[in-house]
Amino acid sequence: MTTRVGVVTFPGSLDDRDAQRAVRLAGAEPVALWHRDKDLHQVDAVVLPGGFSYGDYLRCGAISRFSPVMATIIEQAKLGMPVLGICNGFQVLCESHLLPGALTRNDSLHFVCRDQKLRIENATTAWTTDYSAGQEIVVPLKNGEGRFVADAHVLDELEAEGRVVARYLDLNPNGSYRDIAGITNAAGNVVGLMPHPEHAVEPLTGPTTEGLGFFTSVLKQLVNA
Amino acid sequence: MARVVVDVMLKPEILDPQGQAVQRALPRLGFAGIADVRQGKRFELELEGPVDDAALARIREAAETFLANTVIEDFTVRVEEEGK
Repeated sequence: MTTRVGVVTFPGSLDDRDAQRAVRLAGAEPVALWHRDKDLHQVDAVVLPGGFSYGDYLRCGAISRFSPVMATIIEQAKLGMPVLGICNGFQVLCESHLLPGALTRNDSLHFVCRDQKLRIENATTAWTTDYSAGQEIVVPLKNGEGRFVADAHVLDELEAEGRVVARYLDLNPNGSYRDIAGITNAAGNVVGLMPHPEHAVEPLTGPTTEGLGFFTSVLKQLVNA
Repeated sequence: MARVVVDVMLKPEILDPQGQAVQRALPRLGFAGIADVRQGKRFELELEGPVDDAALARIREAAETFLANTVIEDFTVRVEEEGK
């Protein structure tokens, strides 16, 4: 049976099609999920894509977090379903309290768009087992509010428990505390990532194909489960 | 109709780059002597019924769960006088 990976479309999502494409290239079946539909249509995992859901009104991700589809995703994530939030999806996961901390305005106040070098710090989450710890990859990054903040206690806890999934290398593009580009929950099934692995899955359109590992990782995890 | 105002501000320890940008622009425009600027949000809620303890409790709940992200923001709730 083909593994089904849902990709949610909120009003204002931009990268849902690219995320679906990445899922397909990884060998799974992408399933379009709609923000007003509580039903997850028997998917095995969910990607929350990048974009500007609900126009980023109030705070990025604050309104999406209360959408009908998120009620089911939050419930299933707590039961262990793999969820990857990319960029705006990461913001939704923080607003949902599935991940700690918050994403705030870049310290430069500029929207940043660049090919970003990252170091994978945790290669044991549902979304990173196809990498090795310490591996360096380059994927696109594009955000205006990507600065990860949390209080010192939470940051220390994330570090101590190995829950920093990826860190910015060479340059911190947005002022994120401790160069954090992505984190995971305690169980390792929920991952939030500010850069965009779904834009680095094909040589024609990406700087590398090093983003594909996030999508192949979850596929292996689900097949072996 | 009664009006309740919810003010939301970034916590003091959270960097406010927008406030900083405003603060840096002020002297250029001739507004001297402003040491710091913090930028926040103000919500004006018009209530259909009376502002009683129950209504205020519900508004505090809305502020806590939705209007503010208490990971990075503080909020205050106050009732605005009639006729304003």
